[in-house]
Amino acid sequence: MTTNEIKLTKKDFTSDREVRWCPGCGDYAILATVQSLLADVGARPEKTVFISGIGCSSRFPYYMDTYGFHTIHGRAPTVATGLAITRPDLDIWIVTGDGDGLSIGGNHLMHTLRRNVNLNILLFNNEIYGLTKGQYSPTSPLGSVHKSTPMGSLDRPVNPVSLALGAEATYVARSIDTDRQHLSGVLRGAYEHRGTSFVEIYQNCNIFNDGAFAALREKGQKEHNQIRLVPGEPITFGPEGERAVIAEPDGSMRIVPTEEAGERVVVHDPTRVEPTTAFALSRLAPSPTGPTPIGVFREVDRPVYDDELRKQVAAARERYGEGDLVELLEGGNVWDVL
Amino acid sequence: MSDSSTAERERIQLSSAVVRFAGDSGDGMQLTGDRFTTQTALAGNDLATLPDFPAEIRAPAGTLAGVSSFQLHFSDQDIHTPGDAPDVLVAMNPAALQKHLSALKLGGIVIVNTDAFTERNLQKAGYEESPLDDGTMTDYQLHEVPVTGLTLRALERHIEEGELNKKEAERCKNMLALGLVSWMYSRPIAETEEWLEDKFSSKPEIADANVTALRAGWNYGNTTEAFAFTYEVKAAKLTPGRYRNITGNQAMAYGLIAASVRSGLPLFYGSYPITPASDILHELAKLKHFGAATYQAEDEIAAMGSVIGAAFGGHLAVTASSGPGIALKAEAMGLAMITELPMVVIDVQRGGPSTGLPTKTEQSDLFQLLYGRNGEAPIPVIAASSPADCFHAAIEAARIALTYRTPVALLSDGYLANSAEPWRLPSVDALPALDEAFAFTTEPNQQDGGFAPYLRDEDTLARPWALPGPPGLEHRLGGIEKEEGSGHISYDPANHHAQTEMRYARLERIGAQLPPLEVIDPSGEAEVLVVGWGSTKGPLQAACHDLRARGRKVARVHLRHLAPLHPDLADLLRSYRVVVCPENNMGQLAMLLRAKTLVDVKTHNRVTGQPFASSELVEVIERSGWGEQA
Ligand code: SF4
Repeated sequence: MTTNEIKLTKKDFTSDREVRWCPGCGDYAILATVQSLLADVGARPEKTVFISGIGCSSRFPYYMDTYGFHTIHGRAPTVATGLAITRPDLDIWIVTGDGDGLSIGGNHLMHTLRRNVNLNILLFNNEIYGLTKGQYSPTSPLGSVHKSTPMGSLDRPVNPVSLALGAEATYVARSIDTDRQHLSGVLRGAYEHRGTSFVEIYQNCNIFNDGAFAALREKGQKEHNQIRLVPGEPITFGPEGERAVIAEPDGSMRIVPTEEAGERVVVHDPTRVEPTTAFALSRLAPSPTGPTPIGVFREVDRPVYDDELRKQVAAARERYGEGDLVELLEGGNVWDVL
Repeated sequence: MSDSSTAERERIQLSSAVVRFAGDSGDGMQLTGDRFTTQTALAGNDLATLPDFPAEIRAPAGTLAGVSSFQLHFSDQDIHTPGDAPDVLVAMNPAALQKHLSALKLGGIVIVNTDAFTERNLQKAGYEESPLDDGTMTDYQLHEVPVTGLTLRALERHIEEGELNKKEAERCKNMLALGLVSWMYSRPIAETEEWLEDKFSSKPEIADANVTALRAGWNYGNTTEAFAFTYEVKAAKLTPGRYRNITGNQAMAYGLIAASVRSGLPLFYGSYPITPASDILHELAKLKHFGAATYQAEDEIAAMGSVIGAAFGGHLAVTASSGPGIALKAEAMGLAMITELPMVVIDVQRGGPSTGLPTKTEQSDLFQLLYGRNGEAPIPVIAASSPADCFHAAIEAARIALTYRTPVALLSDGYLANSAEPWRLPSVDALPALDEAFAFTTEPNQQDGGFAPYLRDEDTLARPWALPGPPGLEHRLGGIEKEEGSGHISYDPANHHAQTEMRYARLERIGAQLPPLEVIDPSGEAEVLVVGWGSTKGPLQAACHDLRARGRKVARVHLRHLAPLHPDLADLLRSYRVVVCPENNMGQLAMLLRAKTLVDVKTHNRVTGQPFASSELVEVIERSGWGEQA
């Protein structure tokens, strides 16, 4: 029997390395969900590569029994792009965090998204620098008081989903570490999407920033705050669906009681080519402390960078024939000395 | 016009000549030089060129800062340098004359475009009076040629018939100058005519205007009485074979393609535009039919990262940059080193530090490549020594990378990158068979069926090159210190020390497996040794040649490998009374040699953005070897 015929399980994606995150860290839940999901979707460990940068989340590849590459701070997308261009046969996942992906690696993130390289990016957002022991990060709320900002942080946080949409990413989603079912669904979509998939995962750092996402993770709160995006469905939320999202004439969106919304309620359509509506949706929640959309914001088809690059190589071969070294060297003006 | 007057002109046979074209950046001097080079190559001369242009794309017209020049040395002998002092200077404006006249040989020929010697241009060049009238030119053979006016007159019909406007017509003046110099040196212009027709095939009226100007320049020389002589440099007696002209950047690109063909690995070239390395990217982007993927990354770091990914993916992975870009790549190069993946990092050095002199040459990145990474991160460093040698250096870099699984730094520089020389084409079949240098690991290498990614080859100390794909070989690479064998993260102090020693040991293996050093000492009795690396080879070769002609016994060795140094080098250096090492930096190789061999190496250092003149080196070697009496 070849390995292809065996149905794999979560265990087949679990390495023998001891997991070293702090007890209670949200990363554990994400790891377990990813391992199960890969087995479920029929991914092959030998054809899967996890690439990370630096930070707590970036230890991820060591715990996956797949190929892996723990690179340097912020640069995972660069290594992943080189691999994606040369190896179309692989499923490549990037694991990054808010510091790694949005601060030191922000440039690469933007360019990877706009190129639409065939990769899946998982950005674990915990609104803090964990590995360096608790400084504020690019997603920490304004005024955050941490070790490096005893009087409060001064810079406005970035909204990762807005940023990805601004770069016209072709698959943009958000989920929550401990919501296994929701996270699985979003990751499955990322796995199936061709091009760059970007998934922001709210991840609790119980050591340095506990409760940052309580509004969306905790029983009693999450029912009121999770705005679950479902394609084709009107965007309403709350225990009784009592609140709705409407579009204003200026294109922005607002939350109103459902009975007031009427016809104006937004029907979710992630396949809209224009990213404007998805962007407006991403601006609905200034921070994840109140009602916040989760799910797939955008999912569109667009030519994939590495596919196109390989097509150019193929087209050149079609046009000029397989390169011939002697012909190349003699290609200029040559003369013979006897 | 008729050709009859040519016969009356005396033709003087020369062994060699140095011609320098100089003008405003917009005057097309680089193109003129390129064309003259091709014509000269086709005439069978040995040659060497030195293009020199400002960093600004369009520096203010007429100023000294905007002067662009191209020097060509051609000969019926084997030559190694673009020549020290020109015999002929073509100055298209006062600024060009101001900047270059002092370099000219006394008694040399100066052709000036008198139409550009307006009061305003003279002022911009810093002349209070016209140098053509105030006695400045008495030591030279001055030819005052109204190049612009002649061009406009030659193109009168084109202008009248509305085929081009006056400005476009004026732009053909470089072709008129080329035609004139071609006539002077008895160079046929037919090839340039064809080239122009091909280049402007979509604009036949522009092609025709340029050809007309070119011919007008030729005819001007032929018919005016001003030029009493024409010159001829006979074909050089070069080693038999098929030749072409090639610049360093072009040779580098071809060398990478050759390495790809000879290894059977598709080339992946990831880079970010930077002077003077970008032409390698431009060349390779045209060669996709060799299976070469070129990727213009968002920055230098991304280019380096992409190359690491491509090496992990199993391609021949290469990036190139210049000093500032290499500085940005340093952290990722450390990652490449510790993950032991094969790749080539090319540094086309330019004047530094910081932005420095982007279009000028220098050898000052040697230490950056040797030591410019955090921690103990040794990588092999090699250097190319002539434009055509970039081809072979690229193959050697790939050989080391593939054999020993390591990033290899390959040094070129601005001079090599843009200069051209005739190149005897190598036999493709005789190029190193790089497919023998490596094999992808596809099977587990442990008794229990497991895979240890850091288990080493006893001979090369290389670890397995295991690409993602085969089941059972799943492993994780990374920048954290590795445990020997398993490759697992290890913070064990003894392991870290052992790994560091192992990485140096692997470097030494490369040295131990090199062919013997090539020492050039025709007398076999020299007591003075000249050591060089990189682009100083030509000037050092020429200087030693001159010294020997004057009876000095001098030996020369030129280093391809800077890390590791050849294991025989220390003994070699110790066996000479004097060792001298001239460099276009402040003494980097010399310091290394002193440290590694304890030999009192003498230095000569200059960083003016220009290669050494061989006459300067003659003096330096004479003084170092035999005292002040020179
Ligand atoms: S510091 Fe925070 S993010 Fe890092 S492992 Fe601990 S709990 Fe998780």
